[in-house]
Amino acid sequence: MGTLNLTLKIWRQDGLNKPGGFKNYKVDGLNTHMSFLEMLDVLNEQLVNEDSEPVAFDHDCREGICGMCSMVIDGRPHGLLDGTTTCQLHMRFFNDGDTITIEPWRAKPFPIIKDLIVDRTPLDRIIQAGGYVSINTGSAPDGNVIPISKEISEDAFDAAACIGCGACVAACKNASASLFTAAKISQLALLPQGQAERKERVIGMVQQMDKEGFGHCTNTEACEAECPQGISVEYIRKMNWEYHCANIKG
Amino acid sequence: MSILNSKIPEGQLSEKWSNYKSTVPLVSPGNKRRLEIIVIGTGLAGASASSSLAEMGYNVKTFCFQDSPRRAHSIAAQGGINAAKNYQNDGDSVFRLFYDTIKGGDYRSREANVHRLAEVSSNIIDQCVAQGVPFAREYGGTLDNRSFGGVQVSRTFYARGQTGQQLLLGAYSALSRQIAKGSVTMYNRHEMLDIVKIDGKARGVIVRNLLTGEYERHFGHAVVLATGGYGNVFYLSTNAMASNTTAIWKAYKKGAMFGNPSFTQIHPTCIPVSGDYQSKLTLMSESLRNDGRIWVPKKQGDDRRAEDIPEDERDYYLERRYPAFGNLVPRDVASRAAKERCDEGYGVGSTKLAVYLDFKDAIKRLGQDVVSARYGNLFEMYEKITGEDPYKSPMRIYPAVHYTMGGLWVDYNLMTTVQGLYAIGECNYSDHGANRLGASALMQGLADGYFVLPYTIGEYLSKDIRTPAISTDHEAFEIAENEARDQNTRLLNNNGSKSVESFHRDLGAIMWENCGMARNKPNLTSAISEIQSLKKEFWEKVRVPGRDDNLNPELEKAGRVADFIELGELMVRDALDRSESCGGHFREESQTEEGEALRDDENFKFTSAWEYKGDDVKPVRNKEELQFEAVELTQRSYK
Ligand SMILES: Cc1cc2nc3c(=O)[nH]c(=O)nc-3n(C[C@H](O)[C@H](O)[C@H](O)COP(=O)(O)OP(=O)(O)OC[C@H]3O[C@@H](n4cnc5c(N)ncnc54)[C@H](O)[C@@H]3O)c2cc1C
Ligand code: FES
Repeated sequence: MGTLNLTLKIWRQDGLNKPGGFKNYKVDGLNTHMSFLEMLDVLNEQLVNEDSEPVAFDHDCREGICGMCSMVIDGRPHGLLDGTTTCQLHMRFFNDGDTITIEPWRAKPFPIIKDLIVDRTPLDRIIQAGGYVSINTGSAPDGNVIPISKEISEDAFDAAACIGCGACVAACKNASASLFTAAKISQLALLPQGQAERKERVIGMVQQMDKEGFGHCTNTEACEAECPQGISVEYIRKMNWEYHCANIKG
Repeated sequence: MSILNSKIPEGQLSEKWSNYKSTVPLVSPGNKRRLEIIVIGTGLAGASASSSLAEMGYNVKTFCFQDSPRRAHSIAAQGGINAAKNYQNDGDSVFRLFYDTIKGGDYRSREANVHRLAEVSSNIIDQCVAQGVPFAREYGGTLDNRSFGGVQVSRTFYARGQTGQQLLLGAYSALSRQIAKGSVTMYNRHEMLDIVKIDGKARGVIVRNLLTGEYERHFGHAVVLATGGYGNVFYLSTNAMASNTTAIWKAYKKGAMFGNPSFTQIHPTCIPVSGDYQSKLTLMSESLRNDGRIWVPKKQGDDRRAEDIPEDERDYYLERRYPAFGNLVPRDVASRAAKERCDEGYGVGSTKLAVYLDFKDAIKRLGQDVVSARYGNLFEMYEKITGEDPYKSPMRIYPAVHYTMGGLWVDYNLMTTVQGLYAIGECNYSDHGANRLGASALMQGLADGYFVLPYTIGEYLSKDIRTPAISTDHEAFEIAENEARDQNTRLLNNNGSKSVESFHRDLGAIMWENCGMARNKPNLTSAISEIQSLKKEFWEKVRVPGRDDNLNPELEKAGRVADFIELGELMVRDALDRSESCGGHFREESQTEEGEALRDDENFKFTSAWEYKGDDVKPVRNKEELQFEAVELTQRSYK
């Protein structure tokens, strides 16, 4: 077990529309088994003990599934490891003496609320624009009435695995939410349950995405590379196809 | 002592719920539109209740403290959800699921509620499939099942190792649909800080907007708490960091009795603690015990690598002690057995507080591909955290706090002892008795939210249709808001010297040592005074930086830890009061010769329901005697 002494260069911003900037902090004697967020816990306890305000960051499950944690670490959303959220990143991947730069997601539709925390409610509104099957409680048929092949169901699952963290938006030079939106559209377009509302869904969700100010997809595929769930850009192609079909058929 | 009315309907156990449903008073559509319901929480319980109530025509206001309802802690559930579908044709039935749950809970739950849970379990699967939840399927296209601890049938539905995520996203999508329609008003990043009671009835809540620090008053004809479990009272647990007790604790202080507060589930398969910086513990799903074998070396203090220890020098202690269930014994039994081995000096790893969970035989029998298809993401998670590859060497695991069976006491209608205040999901005490079976929390959360509360709340609201909305200028709102404000002001002005985190850690250590896997009278007695001094120290020395008028995570945490400290004391009191062992509650004074939990049905066949009597005043323990008509009480055996 090694120990690390680090310099952290962290974005500090007191509130929405307030000016922000980087501040440097030193943290010493860190254990390499720690997670990245535990390292920030150490910094924060240090700050509290010095009577200054700790760094605000979003986090909850610390298991890579809630999608709450959201930091750009040394220029990459969720840091240097592929397929990993910030909370699942461990300090054994850093070296003693490193300087680590930590910033919030940077994208116009995600204004910075404080320090490393941004507002991701536009993603909720995209789902509200059609990311569901309209089925009231109590009216469902038996679960085995519609067989769904293992292949289709696995494909739908791959899309459904999105944790809604927004790393795709943060990674995209256009701040596009295409991967997020496409994942939900594809999940429901693949499944028989999603067929009845297939057209309205894709139109509603794509329009909402535009309304929220997300940019257009120009196929740089940075989103897939940074997605902690490894969601494939193939779904974006599927979304585009769905969108065109929906519009053609009126 | 108050008399608790559990309101169990008359009639045969198997007919109670259907009779109830056909006779419960209804609220007409026109009246529903005039009624407002507040739901706190958007986990499986809260999201399913909010959407179902809104679909029925009620006006719903829903709150959560995360930035999106989709991030409630339910998202982290891995293994699966039970339902008595009998798709595998292995003899499952509503009665069997009911029986397994009662027995698994060591006969400390209410028969009528558990039977209802088993009855509606099938509808949950149907509902979720219809929403597009991608459950695992067989090649023929039908739904697949796996088995879980404590049962001998395969009734667990799953979606890879992300069942909670997929179920919650299903409920969240239903909720999103109602938000879009305007029938649910959603408040993200809002924390409920108190219940408002008027004329003995719950009539609203005080919430703090976590972004702006503003205090808000909200009126409701009824208030539903769906705020999850309080396992974080132990500091380290598998719960999400922000999971807390504040909502139900404040409700307790307003008159809602607390049921079985000490009943805690310690999950046997978690990644062990590795250092004192640790902020949380990670669960390795129980489903792993389907194919993994648990063992320790036969020799004490054996320092060889697992791979170097030959077969005949390994002690597969669960298979040895419990041949009938082997590695699939219920959680409480598996956890205690691991603790017993480690306490005796057979533990492995650097801290010696770990046992092996080995997939070598499974890989040999099924091939790496099959094992990886079943558990791939869990193996990956293990490797991410520990840096070790479980395909090559066995996982090291140790029990950790996972779930709280205790919670607000509720009657058959899921109403607390405060009129119009309901508790659903993990925050109520119902259904799981003294030990919860795997894959049953998701079932209960969704049963409560989709299929039970939407009916039972009508019983109360049908009598309330003439109550107009009460103005939030009412003095009860004023008083509650001032109390919430004052507490935060006091915290911020305290000028102390110790961080909130350090108090939380200290509380956790007291709880784990004295009120964890093994409990006894002397330790519990001294824990009460330790917690009382911790409380005093907290209010003298805690240091909370920042302000009240903007986002201040330290302030949020401080309020939660203050409530955890008080709850900790109540848990210890309950554990002390119940001198029998049952399920996860193991009193060292009450065990069989073989070291198994020994129940005392003559004296403890009841649910404790604690009543708040004032700050620093001893609470009163009331009880609901449990009646068993359909099952015969036996000493639980998994041998
Ligand atoms: C790691 C892990 C794995 C699990 N795996 C399984 C499994 O495989 N099968 C199974 O059956 N069970 C499992 N469980 C248990 C199960 O996940 C939980 O019991 C269940 O999801 C709880 O759901 P809930 O709706 O009651 O609460 P939660 O999902 O915890 O939701 C609580 C909600 O309340 C809100 N809230 C709380 N307090 C306040 C407040 N004061 N103000 C405003 N909002 C508030 C939160 O924001 C959140 O939205 C697992 C648990 C863990 C920890
Ligand atoms: S904290 Fe939940 S995904 Fe990182």
